[in-house]
Amino acid sequence: MRPVSAAIVGSAETTELGKIPDMSGTQLHCDAALNALADAGLTPADVDGIACAGESPTTLALLLGITPDWVDGTQVGGCSFMLHVRHAAAAIAAGHCSTVLITHGQSGRSRVGMGGWGGAGAGLNVQFELPYGPVGPPTLFTLPVLRYMKTHGVTEEQLAMVAVVQREWAGMNPRAYVRDPITVDDVLDSPMVAWPFRKLMCCLVTDGGGALVLTAGERAGDFPHRPVYVLGTGESVETPLVSQMDDLTTSKAFRVSGRQAFAEAGITPADVDHLMIYDAFAHLPLYGLEDLGFCAPGEAAGFIWERNTAPGGRLPLNTNGGGLSYTHTGMYGMFAIQESVRQVRGQAPAQVDGVTISVAHGVGGMFSAAGTVVLGNQLP
Amino acid sequence: MDRPTRMVPRPTPDTQHYWDGARAGELRLQRCDACGHVYFPPRPFCPACAGREVSVFAASGRATLASYVINHRPAPGFDGPYAIALVDLEEGPRMMTNIVDCEQTPEALQLDMALEVTFLELTDEIHLPVFRPAGGGA
Repeated sequence: MRPVSAAIVGSAETTELGKIPDMSGTQLHCDAALNALADAGLTPADVDGIACAGESPTTLALLLGITPDWVDGTQVGGCSFMLHVRHAAAAIAAGHCSTVLITHGQSGRSRVGMGGWGGAGAGLNVQFELPYGPVGPPTLFTLPVLRYMKTHGVTEEQLAMVAVVQREWAGMNPRAYVRDPITVDDVLDSPMVAWPFRKLMCCLVTDGGGALVLTAGERAGDFPHRPVYVLGTGESVETPLVSQMDDLTTSKAFRVSGRQAFAEAGITPADVDHLMIYDAFAHLPLYGLEDLGFCAPGEAAGFIWERNTAPGGRLPLNTNGGGLSYTHTGMYGMFAIQESVRQVRGQAPAQVDGVTISVAHGVGGMFSAAGTVVLGNQLP
Repeated sequence: MDRPTRMVPRPTPDTQHYWDGARAGELRLQRCDACGHVYFPPRPFCPACAGREVSVFAASGRATLASYVINHRPAPGFDGPYAIALVDLEEGPRMMTNIVDCEQTPEALQLDMALEVTFLELTDEIHLPVFRPAGGGA
């Protein structure tokens, strides 16, 4: 097994979450950054590496007064932060820097200081997708799903159950944006967005942020909280156009990223106590469970239906309530990592007993990119 | 489907043959001269073998319905719920499109149904490839 090169020693979200009409996206980055540094017992002066997405690292350097020796502005969508963790671990191992701050902030709901969604780029999507009338992620991310459902015999009720189970987790979390219990019928009766997707199968739109502080594994014991070691990481990209996925029933980027992360950590799915899969829409946990090897192809919907991922189940999944019920600022991946850190530290609102290894798996774009982080509270 | 408000593609040098073909009533794809791979979207090299010798040819226009959603939210240039679809072309590549001359309902839109290309005249320059049920539609 490879030596553990890095650990998360500071981790926090923005002070407020949900609707934050008085802060710009940039300030949400900074708020989260200061909270994460305080969590680690550090100040910006201790930081020599910065990474962020959705905002330029140059802005963070200026506003926080950091002169970095190492910078990463990788932006591949909502899983960018998983990639930042990976790159930061490598940079620390290489000696490029010793203390990395990774930030996210997005005024996704209030749009304070943010541009509009999308934009009229000159990319392939302008010629080969937008003329056919997709209206953002609800009509793009969802496009492969009917094929998945037909291939595997998955029903709309089973798709709805993903949202139902995650709402159960949200009900245990005071910071979750929506907490009231829902039923399969509630989901199926909610407003149609893009058949077969109803509103309750789609993620929230919120404001918020989060940040992480990483340092070398051997220093990890010098900080206030129990260290969260980065045991393995993975990343990949597949396509900017959802129409060009290799196979509509599985994500190549998920498979590649997951395989790397599990191999580097020296684990199999059976070793995982807690799992986060970025759920922009209800089908993402199905693809994630299968592409990461937790379920055979076509078995994830039944696995969730049978309550394996629900409170009390054997594989607690998206225990903050997920993008469907907890929060979703636009690039949710940071919040998946935040919940993995809380679970590994033993500090989560819906704490799972005995978590030693947690996996946070993120998606970027519409099956465009993936990043996977394996976290643990014990040195291997 | 109002002409003025739908997004109108802007061809680039590497895609001009595709839009020229659409205006001429052809769905044009590219095939690698070296390895025979047929691919989409357009680019002047083969994504399978990186060969730069590639040829443009007119596809059959036959396809099957791979997947879709029926959008219920308002969109510029579209009226009422409409399907955004992925179709598998007979030659192999997959592309996004709309299905025309067909009810936009789950009952009418059956996966794997046979389709054929037709063209929607967005402007004098841009005719957009769309698909309808094979045999001319319902």
